Amino acid sequence: MNLAKIRNLSVVAHVDHGKSTLSDRILELTGAVDARDMREQYLDSMDIERERGITIKAQNVRVGWKGHTIHLIDTPGHVDFGYEVSRSLAACEGVVLLVDAAQGIEAQTLANAYQALENDLEIVAALNKIDLPAADPERYAAEIEKVLGVPASQILRISAKTGSGVPELLDAICERIPPPSGDPSAPLQALIFDSYYDQYRGVVSAVRVVNGILRSGDRVRFMQAGRVHDVEEIGVRTPTNEPVGELGPGEVGYLIAGIKDVGEARSGETVTSAGAPAKAALEGYRDPKPMVFCGLYPIDGDEFSNLREALEKLRLNDASVTYEPETSGALGFGFRCGFLGLLHMEIVRERLEREFNLSLIATAPSVEYLAHLTDGTTVVVHSPSEMPEPQKLESIEEPYLQATILTPSEYTGTLMDLCQSRRGEMVRMEYISPERLELVYRIPLAEVVMDFFDALKSRTKGYASLDYEQSGTDQADLVKIDILLNGVPVDAFSAIVHRSEASAYGRKMTERLRELIPRQMFDVPIQAAIGGRVIARETVKAKRKDVLAKCYGGDITRKRKLLEKQKEGKKRMKNIGRVEVPQEAFIQALRLEE
Amino acid sequence: MAEETPFGVYVHIPFCASRCDYCAFATWTDKAHLVGGYVEACRAAVGRFVTEGRPATSVFFGGGTPSLIGADLLCSILELIPTQPGAEVTVECNPETVDTAKLAAYRAAGVNRLSFGVQSMLPHVLASLGRRHDPESVLKAAAAAGEAGFAGAFNVDLIIGGKAETVSDWARTVEAVLALDPPPVHVSAYSLTVEAGTPLARDRSRHPDPDDQADKYLLADDLLGAAGLRWYEISNWAAPGSECGHNQLYWAGGEYRGIGCAAHSHAVNPDTGVSRRWWNVRTPERYAALVASGGDGEACGESLDASQRRAERLLLALRTSNGVPESSLPGWREDPVLARLVEPASPGRVSLTREGRLLANEVALRLVDPGF
Repeated sequence: MNLAKIRNLSVVAHVDHGKSTLSDRILELTGAVDARDMREQYLDSMDIERERGITIKAQNVRVGWKGHTIHLIDTPGHVDFGYEVSRSLAACEGVVLLVDAAQGIEAQTLANAYQALENDLEIVAALNKIDLPAADPERYAAEIEKVLGVPASQILRISAKTGSGVPELLDAICERIPPPSGDPSAPLQALIFDSYYDQYRGVVSAVRVVNGILRSGDRVRFMQAGRVHDVEEIGVRTPTNEPVGELGPGEVGYLIAGIKDVGEARSGETVTSAGAPAKAALEGYRDPKPMVFCGLYPIDGDEFSNLREALEKLRLNDASVTYEPETSGALGFGFRCGFLGLLHMEIVRERLEREFNLSLIATAPSVEYLAHLTDGTTVVVHSPSEMPEPQKLESIEEPYLQATILTPSEYTGTLMDLCQSRRGEMVRMEYISPERLELVYRIPLAEVVMDFFDALKSRTKGYASLDYEQSGTDQADLVKIDILLNGVPVDAFSAIVHRSEASAYGRKMTERLRELIPRQMFDVPIQAAIGGRVIARETVKAKRKDVLAKCYGGDITRKRKLLEKQKEGKKRMKNIGRVEVPQEAFIQALRLEE
Repeated sequence: MAEETPFGVYVHIPFCASRCDYCAFATWTDKAHLVGGYVEACRAAVGRFVTEGRPATSVFFGGGTPSLIGADLLCSILELIPTQPGAEVTVECNPETVDTAKLAAYRAAGVNRLSFGVQSMLPHVLASLGRRHDPESVLKAAAAAGEAGFAGAFNVDLIIGGKAETVSDWARTVEAVLALDPPPVHVSAYSLTVEAGTPLARDRSRHPDPDDQADKYLLADDLLGAAGLRWYEISNWAAPGSECGHNQLYWAGGEYRGIGCAAHSHAVNPDTGVSRRWWNVRTPERYAALVASGGDGEACGESLDASQRRAERLLLALRTSNGVPESSLPGWREDPVLARLVEPASPGRVSLTREGRLLANEVALRLVDPGF
C-alpha cells in the first residue's frame, strides 16, 4: 500500500463530547456502513459502553476518503486507561481533538492532547455540537489556542450529530496529518495497542505495522512476552473484519494467533518475525500495574465459586485485573482485587454482576502502601489487614498523583478547599481563558480514591474536570484503624487513614454500625482503635423488649411462623465477638460507604 | 370425657364507629348497612356449625366493636349458641357505646363478662391513638357495668407506649383504671404494636420506643400487682379466679370455633392427634355471601401434626405464669441469658421472670421440644 495515502489518527475527546457520534457519521459518509445498518455508537460493543456513553475497549476501523486510507484508532475514554491511550497514540501520526463547543476542553482531553504534542503528533482540532444554542465556538477556540497553540483560525466547526463540517474535517485530516513512514524491507516490528478475547477465536489484537511486513501464516515472536505464535489470520476492520494476506508499514489491522490469554498480548507488545527478528522492541512497553484495590464478596456465600470462575473469564479479556482469595470474618469468602483506577474497578464489578449474574459487595477501596519496618525490611500492603502492627512500623509510604483540574474560575476557592482537605499540595494555577483555569495539585491517591471525583463534581455543578497521572510516593503519617465489635475487629471495616482523619473515620464508622447492628442480650461496645488505643466508642444497648403483645386465635399461626423465621435467621447470622449480626448489616454499612 | 373438654366459640363483629390508626384487624367504619345481613349470616353459621356440636365452655364476642350493634342483634346470635352451665360469655365494648340498658340486656341474655377498650385515661394520649372516647365515658361505662350486674366481672384493655404518653401519664392511667367504681378484676395491657399497612406504620415519628414500653410494662406490673391483680399471661393480669377462660383456651392449644369474617377456628382430630386451624374470609360481604350459599366462610387453613402442636403449645404456655416443662429449656440454670429470663414456677416447670416476659421471643427461640 502506498504509504503516502495512509492517515492514522485517533480522536481525542472527553466523555460526552461526541466522539462516538463522530465515528458514526464518518462510517456513514465514507460508505463503510450502510445507513440502514447504522445504529448509534456503532463501534461501542459492550452494553456498559453504550449505556454510559463511554468507550472502554478501543475499536479500530479503516475507511476510505478521496483516495486516502484512514485508520481511525479509538482510545479508551477514561483516565484509568491512560497507558492504553498512550499506546493508541503510538500507533498514530495525528489526532483529531474533538471539543464540545458548549463546554470547552476538559482536563483529560487536554492531558491527552499534551501527550499527542509530546509524541510530535499533528493536532486537527474541531469544535463539535455547534448546532447547540449554548455553543460558544469563538470562546473555546481561543481557549484551545491559548493552551495548545493550535491557531483558532484552523479549528474546525462541526456538528457530528447533523454531519455539518464532517466532510471538511475528513479533508483536513488528509491534508494536515502526515503519512506514516516505515521500511517494508526491514525486520518486522508491529505494535499491539489493544487486545480482547473472543470466545471463538481467542485473543484478537489491534496492530500497527511500523517496519517490515506482517503476513498471514507467519511465525511471529511477541518480544516482551517472549512467546512464539503462528499468525492464524490478519485483517482490517471496515468495520466488519476482512482478512488480508499482509499488512505493510503504516497499516493498521487485527491479528489472531491462537492466543488464549490477553495477558500474553498486552498493549505495547512488539510483534516481530520469529525467523528474522528485529534487534529491538518498540519503545514504551509497560506492564500496567493495579493502583486501586478492594475486596469483592458474593452477597450469597454460595456464589463464591461462581465469582472465581467469573474472574477467571473476565481476566481473559482484561489482563490488568488482579485477584487473590481473601477471607473476611464479616463477609465470608471473596477476593482481593486490583484495578487500574476507580472507574476500572466500577466497570469490572459491573461486568461481573451483569455478565455473570452475580450479586457482589465491595469493601472500601484501598491503595498500595509501602510499610518500612523497624527491622529494615519493607512490606507491600494492599489491604488494611496486611498492615503490620504499629510498634513494628518505622514509616509508611503512599502513592501520589499529579491531578490536573480544569474549572470555571468561580469554583477556584471551593476546589482549593477540597484539595487541601485531601492533603493536596498546589503545584500551579493558571488561567487558560478569562473564565477558566487549570489547577494542578500533588495529592495522595488514597484521597482521590475516596469519593474525590464525586466531591469535585458536586462542588462545581459538574463543570470541573479531572485528569491525573502517577507521581511517585511520599511518606505520610498514616495509621490503621480497626473497628471492634465487643472487642473483636471486624476486618471489613479496617482502614488505613491519615492520623488527622482517624478520629473522624472512627466516629463515622462506630455511629453507623451502632445504627445497623441489632440490639443483643447484652451491651455491645463498638470501638474504633489504633493499635490498642481506642479513639471512638459507641454502645449498642442490650435489648430489653422482644415480645409479641397479643397471642390470640388469629395470632398463633403468625407467631409460630415469625419464630420459625427468626430461628432460620439466627442460623445465617455472622458471629463476631459473641455478637450476632446479620450479614445484611455489614453490607448496608459498606453500601453507605459507596 | 368429651363433654368436659373445653370448647370455645368466638364471634367476630367487624363494625366500628371509627378506626383507630394502629388497628390492623378486620374492621370497617362504613358498612353499618351490612349489620343486619351479617348478623343473619352469623346466626346461620352458628345454627349450622355450632348448635350441632358440643356446648361451649366459653363464648367471646370480639371485634371490631360488638357493643356498636344493637343488643338485640348480638343476643340473637348468642341465644343460638348452646353453652355449658357456668360458661364464660364475654362481650367487648367501647365505653362510649354502652349504657345501663344495653348492658342489662346483655346480662339478661347470659353475658357474664365485659371487656372495655379503654387504652388510656388521658385525653391527649387517647387523641394520639386516634380514639374517640373521653375518660369521662369510661367512668360512666364502669358505673353502668356495676348497675347492670357486671361488678367484679369486667376487664379493661390498655395500650402501652402511645407516643404522647410519658411514664407518669401511664402511671396515672393505670391508677385511674384501678380507681374505677366498681374496679376491674382483669386488666390487659398491650404494648402498642406497629402493624404493616396502618396509618401508624406510615408515621415513623409515632412509633413506640421499646425501652419506654419496657419501663411502663414493669410499672404496670408493680401497680396492678399491688392492687391484687396477678400477672398470668404476657399482657394480662387478673384477680385470682377472674382469669379469662376463653383466652386460656387459646393459650392451651384448645379447640374453638370462629363465627364471622376473619375469625379463626381450631379443631383436633382425637384419633390422629393432628389438628387443623382455619380462618374465614376477611370481609363481611364475602362471609355473608359464602354462608348464604351453604359454605362455612373458610378462606384458608393449615394442618398441624403432633410435633407442631407440641411446639405451639410450648410457645403459648411459655407466655403464661404456668410456664413450660424445665426439660424444654435444658441447661437454663447454666445459660447466662436464660438464667436471667426464667425461674422455677412449680415442680418441674419454669416460667418467665419480669425481665423474661419482656424478652419472651428470645426465650421462645431457645425452646426445644422435649417430646412425650
